[in-house]
Amino acid sequence: MKHLLSAGDLSREEALSVLDTAERMESALAGREVKKLPTLRGRTVVNLFFEDSTRTRTSFELAAKRLSADVVTFSAKGSSVSKGESLKDTALTLEAMGSDAVVVRHSCSGAPHRLAGWVRGSVVNAGDGTHEHPTQALLDAYTMRRRLSRLEGLRVTIVGDVLHSRVARSNVLLLSTLGADVTLVAPPTLLPVGVEAWPAAVSYDLDASLPKADVVMTLRVQRERMGESYFPSAREYSRRYGLDRARVALLPDDAIVMHPGPMNRGMEIAAEVADDPRRSTVVEQVSNGVSVRMAVLYLLLGGRSE
Amino acid sequence: MQRALFDAADVARVVDRIAHQLLEKTGGARDTALLGIPTRGAPLARRLAARIKAFEGVDVPVGTLDVTLHRDDLRLRAVRALAETEEPPGGVDDRLVVLVDDVLYSGRTVRAALDALRDLGRPRAVQLAVLVDRGHRELPIRADYVGKNVPTSRDETVRVLLSEVDGRDAVLLEQAPTPARGAGPRAGEQPAAGPPGPGSGGTGDRGRPDGVPAGLRTERRP
Repeated sequence: MKHLLSAGDLSREEALSVLDTAERMESALAGREVKKLPTLRGRTVVNLFFEDSTRTRTSFELAAKRLSADVVTFSAKGSSVSKGESLKDTALTLEAMGSDAVVVRHSCSGAPHRLAGWVRGSVVNAGDGTHEHPTQALLDAYTMRRRLSRLEGLRVTIVGDVLHSRVARSNVLLLSTLGADVTLVAPPTLLPVGVEAWPAAVSYDLDASLPKADVVMTLRVQRERMGESYFPSAREYSRRYGLDRARVALLPDDAIVMHPGPMNRGMEIAAEVADDPRRSTVVEQVSNGVSVRMAVLYLLLGGRSE
Repeated sequence: MQRALFDAADVARVVDRIAHQLLEKTGGARDTALLGIPTRGAPLARRLAARIKAFEGVDVPVGTLDVTLHRDDLRLRAVRALAETEEPPGGVDDRLVVLVDDVLYSGRTVRAALDALRDLGRPRAVQLAVLVDRGHRELPIRADYVGKNVPTSRDETVRVLLSEVDGRDAVLLEQAPTPARGAGPRAGEQPAAGPPGPGSGGTGDRGRPDGVPAGLRTERRP
């Protein structure tokens, strides 16, 4: 593996090796006072974030630090980007300073792909526009496997703003590679053109798909990406597609509820559902994210550089 | 070309002997924990614990310690798959920890294990048990319990097979048929990258045939 740009690039074996490596990373650090491994000493990871992020940026930073890599975190605000520097010039500048890997988040779909053509090191897509967020999909799959101890044949319902969601796209690609059955549920206005070609079923009716779901993943309503209105009102969205206690009661007994965060409590997920420790994996997803990103960095940088 | 150094009965005898020596040297193996280094050190550690239990009725906690993330030769090869690390019940603090591995060669795996162990806790003392010591140390490291000292050339491979991993017990000395070895580094005691499949055996290097030391001509069938 040289880059991680799309969850769709991963073969089944590669995806499983990321999940297995993440499991080993977790066991290597479990119960330790010193949560640090010397594996990537002397390697430099640049976090290049052109878009706001709390958990992904911190998670990548922590993952790199736990493997003893040097980390430079670079946010567009307060950098030369605000003076008009292009993505390419920014990337080449960082590479000239000796980075081995660039973790990039950008509001333009495809930015990491362009970057991969310009730099010699590895590129990790940490979210590009409305396109992909492969490490989120990997940590979601990791969380599902931990909780339900299988992925093959797992029935996963992804509900919400599929149109703007890179999380949904990456999850559909990865989960179908891993043999899960994915159903996308959203109002018609929040489904992308061509969704019928995705390896997933599509439905407009959440209540109908809940009784046979092992996993429900609710997506954040992305107000910042919505110039026009995609649904009449927040209340109506919440009533038809929000995950509240009554809907959760329709789920099979051992089904889990996931959310990639940040949550709009009361909108796509009720607070009592998000805080239910038996069903909700929201907090686990965050801690699993560090292990999964450690695995990705190790698999990209841990061997001989090509 | 390959010759058997140990057959299954030899492996069993050697494990028994190490178990006895361990009991003797540690005064009954109290406050002792065994830590196997994957792949084949892990089943060896479990066998040692089982023998100790059979001889003296002492339960010695067993764990595994994957050292991959602490190796100094990671950049010399393709990325390696990781193995399980499992702390022995009760941890390692203030105990005598015996590291268990199949082959002692350059000593680099053991160095990595000592580093990994330091992050796990602070043992009272650390000892090392190996099935085969094949010489060619690159670090000042010595085993406390050795199943067999096997003088080898660097071009030979000592391959340990254990039934838990490989389906049978044996130790083989192999000479690679071709001198091709590319730019590969001298190996540590672990097999090359990737999860070793059944039958691949643990360990060491491969390369050009060399003179077989006279003391090793005790041929056995594999």
